[in-house]
Amino acid sequence: MAAPTSAQIRPMKTSAELALAETFAAARAALPGGPDVAAQRAAAFGTFADAGLPHRRVEAWRYTDLRALMREARPLAAPPDAEAKSRAATAGAMLAGLGFRRLVLVNGALVPELSDLAGLEAGLSIRSMADALTTGDTLTAQLGQTVASSDAVLALNTALMGDGVVLHVAAGAVIERPVELVFVTTETTPVSMFTRSIVVVEEGASLTLIESHEGPSGVAYQVNTALDLVVGAGATVERVKITAEGSDAVHLATVLARVDATATFANTFFTTGGLVVRNQLLAHLAGEAIHARMNGVSLLSGKQHADTLLSVDHAAPAGESRESFRAVLDGSAQDIFQGKIAVRQPAQKTDARMLSRALLLTETAEACAKPELEIFADDVQCGHGCTTGTLDQQLKFYLMSRGIPAKESEALLIQAFVGEVLDAIGNEGVRSALTDATQAWLLGRE
Amino acid sequence: MAPLLEIKDLHAEISGGRKIIDGMNLTINPGEVHAIMGPNGAGKSTLSYVLSGKPGYEITGGEVIFRGVNLLELSPDERAAQGLFLCFQYPLEIPGVSNMAFLHTAVNSQRRKRGETELTSPELVRKVRELGQTLGINAEMLKRPVNVGFSGGEKKRNETLQMMLLEPYLCVLDEADSGLDIDALKVVSNGVNALRSPERSMLVITHYQRLLDYIVPDVVHVFAAGRIVHTGGKELALELEATGYAQYQNEAA
Ligand SMILES: Nc1ncnc2c1ncn2[C@@H]1O[C@H](COP(=O)(O)OP(=O)(O)OP(=O)(O)O)[C@@H](O)[C@H]1O
Ligand SMILES: [Mg+2]
Repeated sequence: MAAPTSAQIRPMKTSAELALAETFAAARAALPGGPDVAAQRAAAFGTFADAGLPHRRVEAWRYTDLRALMREARPLAAPPDAEAKSRAATAGAMLAGLGFRRLVLVNGALVPELSDLAGLEAGLSIRSMADALTTGDTLTAQLGQTVASSDAVLALNTALMGDGVVLHVAAGAVIERPVELVFVTTETTPVSMFTRSIVVVEEGASLTLIESHEGPSGVAYQVNTALDLVVGAGATVERVKITAEGSDAVHLATVLARVDATATFANTFFTTGGLVVRNQLLAHLAGEAIHARMNGVSLLSGKQHADTLLSVDHAAPAGESRESFRAVLDGSAQDIFQGKIAVRQPAQKTDARMLSRALLLTETAEACAKPELEIFADDVQCGHGCTTGTLDQQLKFYLMSRGIPAKESEALLIQAFVGEVLDAIGNEGVRSALTDATQAWLLGRE
Repeated sequence: MAPLLEIKDLHAEISGGRKIIDGMNLTINPGEVHAIMGPNGAGKSTLSYVLSGKPGYEITGGEVIFRGVNLLELSPDERAAQGLFLCFQYPLEIPGVSNMAFLHTAVNSQRRKRGETELTSPELVRKVRELGQTLGINAEMLKRPVNVGFSGGEKKRNETLQMMLLEPYLCVLDEADSGLDIDALKVVSNGVNALRSPERSMLVITHYQRLLDYIVPDVVHVFAAGRIVHTGGKELALELEATGYAQYQNEAA
């Protein structure tokens, strides 16, 4: 009989994991928050340290092996100085001029002098996450409570969260003016940012929330951002998240969303930038008769890799959810879509549909879709589908035969392909800005 | 007067496949209407595709001169801007592209290429609406994606609308009558006839003499096995209606 081995079955630490441990050890004392927060950070770091960076044997990260893709962990960004702030002044150009209430986060820190915090509508309150953690805020108690997750990247965010936005909309308040969070990295040396926000929209209230992320190309900076979102009973939230990071950035984003009874929640991802992008949206559809729409468009080229993980968890009866994702892939880009619809036993009369479609513009581009259904209720309508295809050459010829040049013909067809998703965006200004951004991306193709 | 179109000893095959156009000759002068009739599978649609530059065909011999330029060297969009229009036998559906946006892009792409000023949206919309009215195409159909959910007849009207808007020098109509009821046939024919002018020519591919009662040709050709095997006046269409193609197929063989 072989002697039992005493060796621990723990994966060897990568240099990035070791660096993250050092970063946490060095920074923990100075990170915002009292003893409770410190304990939460320590527990979260423990979760991360046990799991390590996600790798291909972790099912949810199967196609995005962070151990391989994140060889190094970058040092935490310093608070933005005057120069960083002045460089950030031109950020968020895509939606400039639409009159949204802008909150600008530079290198991970909310900068009040660049932000529009004056004249908040009745029922709207906004403050910095760092402040809230430091001085205490009832809302921060909800961090990580909206949806249960043991994801290592989220845990790392909880351990190292620096700043972000705490936003509250009081019951019944209809906030007409969209709130836009502009996350901009200005550092030209590679740094890392851990931002965490919480948005609570109380019963019957409504909010349009835009989030955009950008930074310099050619700099291997790292963004780990997370959002806890509560959509209260009967509330309406439309969220659009634009990932337009620089060419070499690693961008990891998690949304934990809880949607209460009869609420309407719409989320659209629009991804054009970043070398490695992960968007994970865990939607806990907690209340009855909710309406949820979770869509996305990825426009990728070169060696870009984008991975969307969607968990649609129908926990109560009569909910309706629609998920529609489109990827347009040029160069040797890769798009991953993992979407899971779960319908719990009480969630009878659920109507859930998911569709992901990828368009390959080259032979070297790759798309991978992994849809999953997990249904425990018997009276439901659920479906999912995924397709991968190339541009229809017959249609292209038809357009060209009317005088439209090759590239513009392709652009028309691709706009039509993504249009189905963009057209569903409720805010007209955002819809047309993203349509223009798509056109610019298309005409910029080699 | 220089011919508008000259096809000289044209040979074309399907890439990696068999020869379809086999020594075709045809000269069309400005203002003329030529009809092409011929058996199924003779290569009539292939001819229209080769003229408009559809990928997938190999030109193995001959040349095509259109308004003084070597047509075969141009891309499909350049051919269109040069004034060639193909009215498709089976118009395609383009989901997600609105008819109006498509027309706008097409008109202005051509105008840009020719160095003309582009039409503004209101100008274009007005023009399209006017033409639409004459063809029984309403505002709702203009908003819809190109040809999506259109009936066979509506698709053909839509093709005619594009043609009238783009004002080409040569209209190649591939079975413009197929799938049309009597009224639609008149509407489409009226549209085509409205375009007739001393500078503009038509190449009308059809199986049925009936269309030629409405669009009266100057010349009728019999096309078999990849080339023109017989040419006559408009009365030839009536003869063919009675006799069929048997004698000409022998001629071609
Ligand atoms: N892409 C293709 N691949 C293989 N064969 C083809 C292709 N396109 C056309 N053909 C063949 O070429 C021949 C000519 O076809 P074409 O459509 O030009 O005939 P047509 O004269 O227009 O016939 P119809 O009167 O039925 O419309 C036919 O035998 C057809 O099957
Ligand atoms: Mg044909």
